[in-house]
Amino acid sequence: MSQSPASISHVTGRGLPLRGDDIDTDRIMPARFLRATSFEGLERHVFEDDRASTPAHPFNDARFAGATFLVVNRNFGCGSSREHAPQGLARAGIRGLIGESFSEIFQGNAAMLGIPCFAADRQAIDRLHTIIEHTPNLTIAARVDTGLITAGPLRITATLPAPLRDGFLSGQWNPTAMLLDRFEEVRAVAERLPYLTGF
Amino acid sequence: MRTLPSGQTQLFIGLHLIHEVTTPQAFDMLRQHGWRVAFPERTFGTVDHIVPTESRRRPFVDLIAEEMTAALERNCRDFGIRLWGPEGAGSENQGIVHVIGPELGLTQPGMTIACGDSHTSTHGALGALAFGIGTSQVRDVLASQCLALDPLKVRRIDVNGVLAPGVYAKDVILTIIRRLGVQGGVGFAYEYGGTTVDRMTIEERMTICNMSIEGGARAGYVNPDETTYAFLRGRRFAPAGEAFERAVAWWRSIASDREAAYDDRVALDAASIEPTVTWGINPGQSVGVGERLPDAAGDDSVDEALAFMGFAAGSRIAGTPIDVAFIGSCTNGRLSDLEEAARVVRGHRVAPHVKALVVPGSQSVSREAEARGLDAVFRQAGFEWRGAGCSMCLGMNTDRLEGRQVCASSSNRNFKGRQGSPTGRTLLMSPAMVAAAAIAGEVVDVRTMLEEVTA
Repeated sequence: MSQSPASISHVTGRGLPLRGDDIDTDRIMPARFLRATSFEGLERHVFEDDRASTPAHPFNDARFAGATFLVVNRNFGCGSSREHAPQGLARAGIRGLIGESFSEIFQGNAAMLGIPCFAADRQAIDRLHTIIEHTPNLTIAARVDTGLITAGPLRITATLPAPLRDGFLSGQWNPTAMLLDRFEEVRAVAERLPYLTGF
Repeated sequence: MRTLPSGQTQLFIGLHLIHEVTTPQAFDMLRQHGWRVAFPERTFGTVDHIVPTESRRRPFVDLIAEEMTAALERNCRDFGIRLWGPEGAGSENQGIVHVIGPELGLTQPGMTIACGDSHTSTHGALGALAFGIGTSQVRDVLASQCLALDPLKVRRIDVNGVLAPGVYAKDVILTIIRRLGVQGGVGFAYEYGGTTVDRMTIEERMTICNMSIEGGARAGYVNPDETTYAFLRGRRFAPAGEAFERAVAWWRSIASDREAAYDDRVALDAASIEPTVTWGINPGQSVGVGERLPDAAGDDSVDEALAFMGFAAGSRIAGTPIDVAFIGSCTNGRLSDLEEAARVVRGHRVAPHVKALVVPGSQSVSREAEARGLDAVFRQAGFEWRGAGCSMCLGMNTDRLEGRQVCASSSNRNFKGRQGSPTGRTLLMSPAMVAAAAIAGEVVDVRTMLEEVTA
């Protein structure tokens, strides 16, 4: 069995503001960097093509280097299910995302790495983007239990899907141990399924 | 199976499909923990994402493709999993994972299916509940045959009426995504029905379910019906003899009934759907081939897309010159897709400036197409006829766009850089529309060419 990972009750650190809707995982981690049998070194390739085409890309901006939070807009992480995208972000130091909404597969993949994706409305995200752009050194603090996010004078109430929130708090955000916990029941279910028993 | 302490559902996975790109790390994690694969007999592997579509001789010229293929071969051998590899015994069934699952009769109604690929939604076309997952979840399914899943809402999408000639399932799903948005399906599974879908073949339904994920929906689904049962009869892994009759009885019992309650409903008129082409950088940014692109009007997403594509606001998509034509992918790389494209191509030549390739979705599709002489039709017209794989849909092997090339593509994603060049541009459309564009050298309404065929 795996050791139960630690509980995650809050995330604290500086932010990186990335504006734009529908940023897909091909942009976060272009497919050519999936040509490897490990996740090692992926942090070097996060947004590589966007960074090359847009010199002012926030990931190129030294003021945001070492950020803990990535602050995004709507439907972040849509498209491919590649875990390489959140793996790259995690390895680049991102421990939490705050945005308007997230693709479900991305959000689930991030949760498996212990990274909560907090959702808030467009106005709140816009304010957060602006305040980080003006004050890159500002410390942002997010609480997993209440969803309260503070950034200087700014207070935002964000949400996490309840099962993911509870998983972070209980330390069961990586469910392998939980799934393996009662494996005899899995066998029992398999023995009842028509398509496994020749109908 | 049961409700987990987290409040999620522990779901037993009846079929787990694996490929070379999203699994090596999962097997490494298994080894680190000393875990075995819980149900190796319910796990099947193939190579599709990185596999070369030219020479398959081992070792591959592309050494990374060789390394990733060898890793999957070793993992399948070590853990007792059946693999359909690129050559030798078993290669006759190699292909894109979402093409071979249904083709072999592995995908069946009422089954729960998982695969480390977002287009796993394809399998819902046969009345299965199928999810794309990440690599950590692949590890979980290998170790426990289970997933922890949040409850999903269901949106019923009815398409009623008759599609005009030259209008295909691809146009239907592009229109649905255009209407509901690329994030409209977040939190939902999409169930498709209505008279148009009822009349569709399984291959057409697969095209629609495949792109559910592009609309933000985690899964796509069509109720199993007589078309489904007829499709499955006689397939290698489908039940045979009396077991098949018992299976049909069970499959009938699991279809949602007419009075089913849905969280949301949407209806579309099939007759209103045109051949559809994307003009932007996500699959919701599309227009009918006769329409004009939107005016920018200060919409950041539209502005960004127009700037990347180099298109003017309000211009026409028809007449856009193309450099590359790609027919293939898990969306549109099946036999019926190649047949429709060949119908357009027959007797024509690919425009001199266009590089055109056909990549069958599986070796079986390739064999069937060759038996019907389709490979000759494409070759004579100037298309390259390749081996089975994902190829230029995502540019992981050596089939990639170069520079700012424009590609008419029957695939599923037009994201920036999707087809292997960071500045490459993708126009998504049906395989018949790709064929027409290849010949004309620019985006054209395939209906004008089909009139020629009939005349």
